[in-house]
Order: sequence, then C-alpha cells, then structure tokens
Amino acid sequence: MSEHANIPHYDGRLRFVLGLLGLATAVLMWRVVDLHVLNRDFLQHQGDARALRVVEVAAHRGMITDRHGEPLAISTPVESVWANPKELATARNQWKALARVLELEPRALEQLLAKRQEREFVYLRRHITPELAQKVMALEIPGVALQREYRRYYPAGEVFAHVVGFTNIDDAGQEGMELLHDAWLKGTPGSKRVIKDRLGRIVENVESISEPRPGQDLRLALDRRIQYLAYRELKAVVQRSQARAGSAVVLDVTTGEVLAMVNQPAYNPNNRSGLSSERLRNRTVTDVFEPGSTIKPFTAAAALESGKFRPDTPIDTGSGFLRVNSRLTVRDVHNYGRIDVSRVIQKSSNVGAATMALAIKPQQLWDIFSRIGLGTMTASAFPGEASGLLTDHVRWRETERATLSYGYGLSVTALQLAQAYAALAADGTMHAVTLLPAGSGVPDIRQVMRPQIAQQVRAMLELAVSKDGTGSRAAVPGYRVGGKTGTARKVIAGGYSEDHYLALFAGFAPATVPRLAMVVVIDEPQGAEYYGGQVAAPVFGRVMSGALRLLDIAPDDLESLGVKLADVTAPAPAASASTSSRGIL
Amino acid sequence: MILLDEPQHSRRTLLPRLHLDWPLLTGLLLLAGCGLVVLYSASGEDFDMVLKQVTRLSLAFATLFFLAQVPPEALRRWTPLFFVLGLTLLLAVLVMGEVGKGAQRWLDIGLVRFQPSEMMKLAVPLMVAWYLAETPLPPPLRRILVGLFIFLVPAVLIAKQPDLGTALLIASAGAFVLLFAGLPWRLVSFTALLAIPVALLLWHFGMHDYQRQRVLTFINPESDPLGAGYHIIQSTIAIGSGGLYGKGWLNGTQSHLEFLPERHTDFIFAVIGEEFGLLGILLLLALYLFIILRCLYIASRAQDTFTRLLAGGLTMTFLVYVFVNVGMVTGLLPVVGVPLPLVSYGGSSMVTLMASFGMLMSIHTHRKLLRT
Repeated sequence: MSEHANIPHYDGRLRFVLGLLGLATAVLMWRVVDLHVLNRDFLQHQGDARALRVVEVAAHRGMITDRHGEPLAISTPVESVWANPKELATARNQWKALARVLELEPRALEQLLAKRQEREFVYLRRHITPELAQKVMALEIPGVALQREYRRYYPAGEVFAHVVGFTNIDDAGQEGMELLHDAWLKGTPGSKRVIKDRLGRIVENVESISEPRPGQDLRLALDRRIQYLAYRELKAVVQRSQARAGSAVVLDVTTGEVLAMVNQPAYNPNNRSGLSSERLRNRTVTDVFEPGSTIKPFTAAAALESGKFRPDTPIDTGSGFLRVNSRLTVRDVHNYGRIDVSRVIQKSSNVGAATMALAIKPQQLWDIFSRIGLGTMTASAFPGEASGLLTDHVRWRETERATLSYGYGLSVTALQLAQAYAALAADGTMHAVTLLPAGSGVPDIRQVMRPQIAQQVRAMLELAVSKDGTGSRAAVPGYRVGGKTGTARKVIAGGYSEDHYLALFAGFAPATVPRLAMVVVIDEPQGAEYYGGQVAAPVFGRVMSGALRLLDIAPDDLESLGVKLADVTAPAPAASASTSSRGIL
Repeated sequence: MILLDEPQHSRRTLLPRLHLDWPLLTGLLLLAGCGLVVLYSASGEDFDMVLKQVTRLSLAFATLFFLAQVPPEALRRWTPLFFVLGLTLLLAVLVMGEVGKGAQRWLDIGLVRFQPSEMMKLAVPLMVAWYLAETPLPPPLRRILVGLFIFLVPAVLIAKQPDLGTALLIASAGAFVLLFAGLPWRLVSFTALLAIPVALLLWHFGMHDYQRQRVLTFINPESDPLGAGYHIIQSTIAIGSGGLYGKGWLNGTQSHLEFLPERHTDFIFAVIGEEFGLLGILLLLALYLFIILRCLYIASRAQDTFTRLLAGGLTMTFLVYVFVNVGMVTGLLPVVGVPLPLVSYGGSSMVTLMASFGMLMSIHTHRKLLRT
C-alpha cells in the first residue's frame, strides 16, 4: 500500500465521510420514526380524513293524502346524473354521445362544463328514469356518476295545487302543506361511510352509519271528491264570466275541517315551468277583500244582541237612500219602503243595515265582528295567510259605523268568512279551522253568539235564498239552504270602481241541521251578469248539491222534490242519515 | 461480512472474471427488484409501466456491465474529452434545448431525447479526480481553485436550466472529490461559513420564483395546503399513516386514491412508507446503507489517486441522492426534483447511476494484485 503514504489525509477523510454517512442515516431514521411512531395517530387520522367520507342517503318523503287516503303527493325514486368536469374533460370525444343519451344540446353541455371546469361537481341532468340512468352509465364515461333522489308527483294536479303546494328539486317543501308540514313529511336522511378518491368517486362502501328514516304520511281533512267538484264548478264559472280569479272554500261546520279549498287560476304542480305568482297564490287565505253584503247577517246579529231589535222590528228604509252626513249617503238598489229586519237581510238593504248599525253602540258591532274572527288569522297556519283588517271601534265615526254594517272599510279572507258562516251555522259555536282531520284531542271551540240569535239570523238567510231573495240561484233541490249574496265594488286608485266587482256568496246547508258552510268569491266577472246572486250563488248551489249527496246527508226539504212528507216515516231518515254521515266523516 | 473481501484466495470464479463485484451487484439487484414491486402498486397496478421500467433496468445493467469491463486507465484517458463534450452539449441545451415541464433540459438528437446534465453527473467527478490526480496530494491552493471552477461552471449552467436537483448533485460530487483530495479543514470551515451569504445571494438573484416558493413551503407547508404545500403534506401523511407494518401492498389509500402526487416517480418513498410501514422503510434504508458502505470499501481499497478520488466522489453522490430524496419526501428538505435511485420510475438517471456503479466495479476488479 505504497500510495497510502502519499495521501496523508485520507484516513481522516474516510472517518469524516463515515461520520457524515452515520449522521445522514441517523437523521433520516429519526425523521421516519418520528413520522411513523410519534405522529402516527395524527397522520393516520389525516389519511382517513382525506379518503373516508360520510355521505347522505336520501330518505323517502311521506305521502300526502286526502281524508280517505287518496294520494295527493307521492315520491318516486329517480336518478340524477352528475359529473366531475375536471375528469370529464379527459373524455372530450365522448361528450357528444353523453349529450345524446341525456337529450341535451351538445353545445349547452359544452358551455356548462366550460363554465364549471374549475369545479368538481356539476349536475348534468336531474330526476331521470332508472332506464335512462342505466343507459348513461353504460357509456362508461370517466367522471360521470349517479345520485339517487326522490321526485314528487302530484296525481291530483292543479285541483289540489294550492293546498298541497310543492317541493323544490332538492325535495324541500316550498309552498302549501308541503312547506307547512315539511319536518313531518321529509324524514331523516341516513348516512353511510364511504372511501372516496381525490376526484370524489366512491371507491368503496365501508359501512352504513344510519338507515334513512322515511318521512311520515300526512292525511288532510280535505275530501278529494268535493274538492274536484268545487274546482270544476269554480273553473267553469270563472271561464264563462271571464273573471280575473276565483276561490271557494267548503267547511264542515261541526268540526271546522276544510273539506275543499280551490282557486282559479291554478297551476300544474308537476310541471312548474313558466309559473307566475299570479297562479301560485292560495287566494282563499292570502287574498283579502271587502266582504260587502255578506257581512250583513252579522250586523243583524249585533242588532239582535243589543236587544233593540227583533227579527220583526220594522225599519224605515226611506225612499232608498239614507243621508248619514255630508260625505256619505247610503243607497239601495230598489226602494223597499218600511221592512222588518228579516227582509233587510233577504233584500240586502244597505239602508236597513246602516240604520241598525247607527242605532246600536259601535262596540256592539265591533264585538261580534271580532268574535267571529275578523281581523285575526285563522288556526289553519297556512303559509302566507293574511289576517284581514278590522279597525278599533274607538276610532269609528258615523261614516265607518254605517259602511262597516254593509261590508266596506274592513277586509277578510275567504277562509275567515267561511269560518264566520260556519259559526253561524253551528248555533254560534266556532270551531278552529283546520286543514288536517279534527283529531281526538280537545276540540278548539268558542261560543261566539247565542244559539237563539244564530238561529234567528239563519232563518233570515234562508229567506235570502228563497224565490224572493237575492240568492235564489243558490237553492239546492231537496235541501233547505241559507246564504247571503254580496257584490262588492273593488277599490281602485282614487276610490271605488264603477265597473270592477267582486261577486260573493256565503252560505250553509242543510238549514235544519247545518253540516257544510261554503264561500264563493269571483273576482271581476265580466259581462252583463256580475252580481253575487248571478255569478257566485250558482256555484254554491251546484257544489253544495253534489257535496251533500257525496256525504250522504239526508235531505231536509223533500217537498221541493215533490215528495209528500207523509209518505216517509218522519223521524227515521233524519236519525239514520245523521249517523251514517257521521260514519263517513 | 460481505462488505469486505476475504483477504486471500479471492475466488477466481465467474463474477470477478466478468469484472463484477458480487456483493454490490446483489445489493443493486435486490433494490431494483423491490423497486419494481413498489412501482406496480404506485403506478396503480399498471403492468405496462413495470415492463417499461424493466426495459430501462436492463439497459442500465447492460451499461454497468459494459463499464465494468473498461479498465480505469482507459477511463482516465478519455476523461478530458468526455468532460469537454458534456460541457459543450450543456451549452447547446441552453441555446437550442427543448422545453419540457417548464424547464430547458432536453436535447433532441434525432432518435433520442437526451439530457446532457445526466452526462455531467459522471463527467464532473471524473474530471475533478483526473485534474487533482495530476499532482501529489494534498493539492496546492491553485489546483483547488481550478477544481472548484471545474464543477461550479456546469453546476451553474444546470441550475440555469433550471434543474436545482441535478445542479446540487453535480456540485456535491465535485465537492466530495475535492474533500477526499485533502482540502484543508480551514478551507472547509471557511466555505461552510461562506454558505450563508451565498444562500442569501442565491435567494435574491439566483432563484426562480417557483424555487423560492418551494423553500418557503418547506419551512411552513401548511401555509398553502392546496397549492405548494400539497406534496409535502400528502407525503408525510402517507408515510405516517403506514404505522409499523404498513397498510399492505396495493392497499395504500393516499397513493391509490390519487391524493399523493408524483407517487411513482419522485415521491415513491411515501408509497413504501404507507404500504410497508416503518419496517419496510428500515429495510430499504438498510439496503441503501449496505450499497454505500460496500462502495466506500471499494474506494478505500482503490490503488491510485485517480480511482480513489473517483470512487469516493461517485459513492457520495449516491448518498446525496438518497438523502435528498428521502429528506424531501419526509419533509426534512425542500422539494427538489431528485428521484429515489433505482426505485423511482424514470430512465436517464438510472442509466447514469448504473454507469457509476459499473466504474466502481471496474476500479475494484482491475486492481493489480501487488501483494496478497
């Protein structure tokens, strides 16, 4: 090893290099042990945090049915196609095929993906049939995946559109009962743990954490048959009279249940493209109007309650007008002369109503209006419900006292008016209005007027539907019916309009033992016939006629059908009818 | 102990006659085999990729075999020419090179695309050793300065491409040869002190934005977890989540679910850590350590100044390779593009590495048996 001598520093260098090697090895070892042993738990968790994901499993939304279990809203499983644009960009040559199967414009798809190219998730098409979904997956395009969802179908279509409402594409309630009872219907989505890769594709299902709990079914108080009937008649009248809109409500006066609630214009909840808010509103609860003459029975009730009037108390309606003060003169359509309270209601005399109201204390009128629920929201809790307006009697001057007596200067919803008439029909017992079947719990009942007064006013309303009354076209063959017409002038800019009317009818049947109350509102009927008695009363008559038969309610006026009462054993039908009908409801 | 040869009657069997060093060859083959197993998993079970790597490995081992036959004297004769050719090509790359992945590293010479910087990994230690072996050691100061010049010029040229990893490897190869040649300790300490102002100068004038970004990211990877820090965070997670025994072959979530970038090339070490755990990493490091120690033994047994310096320089380059890659993947060092030798997927660096091992074998097997 002669050369070794020539390299005096070499051995020291070798030691230095070995030291360096040892140091390098030690440093790497330390680092690796540090990562593997000391930071292991944290890093393992981090690794899992990147790959393990908890994803939601959609829950089946509960069904909405009518009172007899007929489906009004049902959920069916569908698939939604989504894509990861970043990954899909690698399969550009397959875009055309994808667009064709999805029935999309190739250019629209391209634009969508270009816009979202920085994202990792975009829906390509939602709610498609399982067959189509299978076709899409058969293309085996990278970055395209399916997501199970539920789509809502509304078998009753526009007939129940306003009541039932609808859900959005994410299955959340947006309107009507879908919104009001969303929590009850929607159920709890389940979740499962999956392993996802960096591109978000599910690689493996690890475990199910919780099964989705389906939502619960919701039974409404409404009766599909009566609803269909009311909708058909309302639509026919609105079309015939070329009215702007219309609504109708049918209540069961013994329970406060809403049996029918329909509006025009309506919409198809299964296809809501191009839907305007005009069609969306459930006008029976969201729209307020001045009730006009339909309020007069309650003016009469207030007069009777004051003790100053009895049904046969004569009232001088003068020569058809009453000068209250310099600003207001109340007018009647005809000159009725000297008539009693019953005839004031039958003929719908404004002068008579105003005379009664001016003869009693303002608070007495306000009391009865307030007790029957005017100016207060009903218990329906329907989304978007209006409360209407009833001002405080302290601020009433003579003008207000007079106009309020025949239905101007206050506003109500159709549902409020129906509730008030239901109270009248149920001998002054007002049931809280409900869209759900009246349960077994304690009924929400208030006595809003003395039974005797309710009966007296009902008798007047029966007269109003008689041959000589304003609402004669509301008559139902075989049944005694009570009701009141109304033709309210609409408020326009600068006062009341001369040619924009609201045709109204509110009533109940059968008059002997009332079961149903109904309100019909026709907004701006066109043509020669625009009075409530001409436009709204026939709707009441036809719907009520059908509804009474559907509910198997015994006729209480067989004479009008040409049947002699003597032919029938008197008490039997009434008794059996009432039990059988109770069995159905 | 296979690191050291048995003193006498060294077996005149097949391998020495082929000028191959069997402990080193065994180590390299083992490493390459392990590398293929890991690559199959890291590539996402892509058999084509493994086949390509096998082809490259065959080429690399052929190079090793060829260079082992070339006696050190011949190497020494051709060194100046080889170095000048390499330097010329390096300049040619700067002038007319092809840009790949944002850097100008490739030279297209008809059939093959070629990285002259790879050539310099061999040419620089050869040249420095050649130059310093001209005079008796320790070298005078003038020689040391020229030696510095020999490896700093190509290193700067390569850093300009920009390829910081290769520049670092080349500079360290030259520096280690100088160190072995007997650089005075005073000068070593002085250079170490000089490193601080040089680093500052480099930071302000010599570095590209992305390189500066890498250093910043290295200091605090969480500052930009989705951008520049992403590599480091994902790789440390991969290694750490492996635990003692790993998640098992083909079962790494970080690598298989594509969270880990560059997992079959520069970051393949993280895949080993995740799938084979601490045990796998220790075995791998032990394998590297064995190879390095065997090479150092070869260097210490070399019989003249040139071969001794060359062997030491080549060995230390290999050490730097491993250290820089593992350090970078485990988050100890900033990210520089250095592959894990013989395991990472990729061609030219593997051929160069095997060529250096071929030279080492040649140095060891062409010793003149003066006295035994």
